[in-house]
Amino acid sequence: MAAGSTIDALGQFELHPMLGGLGQSLHFSQSPVMMIVASILVLAFLYVGMRPAAVVPGRLQAAAEICYDFIYNMAVDTIGPEGRAFFPFVFTLFFFILAGNYLGLLPFSFAFTSHVAVTLALALLVFVLSVIVSLKAQGAKFFAHFMPAGAPVALAPLLVPIEILSFLSRPVSLSIRLFANMVAGHVMLEMFAAFTIMLAGLGLVGDVLAVGPVVINIALMALELLVGALQAYVFAILTCIYLREAVAH
Amino acid sequence: MARSAVSITRKAASLAMSSALALPLMAMVAPGARAVGMPQLDFANPLVTGQVIWGGVIFLVLYLLLSRSALPKVEKVLATRRLTIENDLDIAHRAKAHADTAVNDLHQARRSAMAEAQANVEKVVEDARLAALRQTQEMNARLAEDIRQAEARVAAARAQALGSLRQIADETAQVLVHQVSGISVPGDVLAGRVNDAATAHGF
Repeated sequence: MAAGSTIDALGQFELHPMLGGLGQSLHFSQSPVMMIVASILVLAFLYVGMRPAAVVPGRLQAAAEICYDFIYNMAVDTIGPEGRAFFPFVFTLFFFILAGNYLGLLPFSFAFTSHVAVTLALALLVFVLSVIVSLKAQGAKFFAHFMPAGAPVALAPLLVPIEILSFLSRPVSLSIRLFANMVAGHVMLEMFAAFTIMLAGLGLVGDVLAVGPVVINIALMALELLVGALQAYVFAILTCIYLREAVAH
Repeated sequence: MARSAVSITRKAASLAMSSALALPLMAMVAPGARAVGMPQLDFANPLVTGQVIWGGVIFLVLYLLLSRSALPKVEKVLATRRLTIENDLDIAHRAKAHADTAVNDLHQARRSAMAEAQANVEKVVEDARLAALRQTQEMNARLAEDIRQAEARVAAARAQALGSLRQIADETAQVLVHQVSGISVPGDVLAGRVNDAATAHGF
């Protein structure tokens, strides 16, 4: 947080134990708390939204159904008919990340997607799942994909390591993308908010100038709303693409 | 769409990354700003690694609740709606088919009624024509009979008149002879003479 003329843009990502000593011993920080809140929100959205179970839906039910259809179509259109089996996983992934991203935008809140440990864990989950599905669906033929079809055999010593590296970089790019986006957004919000406070300390001229960063922060908040949704979408669609490659052959 | 979304995201990500890279610069320029290491990379902190375990558990619970309970609930509602709409459409299609059949029946009935009416009209006209013809024939026959009878009566009257003519001629001849000569000629002689004269004149 900004205090006086000091900007601590990264302090917002520090984890603090919750529930006192119990939280300390269980390593229970505000990050899992927000994960639980996000999960409860997602579940409440579906349970409360679908409670009327009406043939002609109300607004909340329509919203819940649109979300369901959106992820269902994404999974089935991208993965194919096998996508139905992965639909709950993609749905969970998308809304877990989306709720995490958006919750982080609330004041005094925390974005658990801004921690690379969390995003890497999610990316590795997707990666391991896609490898398991690949091995199950294709067997040993899965390893044949590391040698591009039609390429000269002489180039194999060059191509195969590149392909393997490319394949292994998937969880890295998947996790860093989400993590970096969230960190960058929150750091920028913090920086401009700090500028406002610092400028406000410079007297009348500073008070006037301090409006600038506030306006920028409003625009940044709009950008973050877009980025939050987009990153969740990108994470989900890339998961679908990896799973399609796993089941396609 | 996915590809464009990915490219937009990449652009946004690169923008955000460049902003993030600019941060240390900004921190240096800002008076009194201090840069500390990223808390996210402090893996010695058990809270950082602990959130992975907690995250795994929470994600698993969320996944199980969504896949076993919440999402099937939505699916059930959607399936019910699909079924209801299909049933309603079926009913509507059946009703339409019934209506179409009824309209066809109506048209058919109308056509046959028209045909029947036309046939009836033609039959009545034909009957009337035949009746008129029959009446005409009967009338013609009656008239012919009347004419025939009248002619017979005329012929009889003529024959009778012609039969009386001889007697009148006989009596007229007797009266004329008597008045001219004063002689009374016997009737049968006079009749013979009159007969001769009539024969001579072709009566």
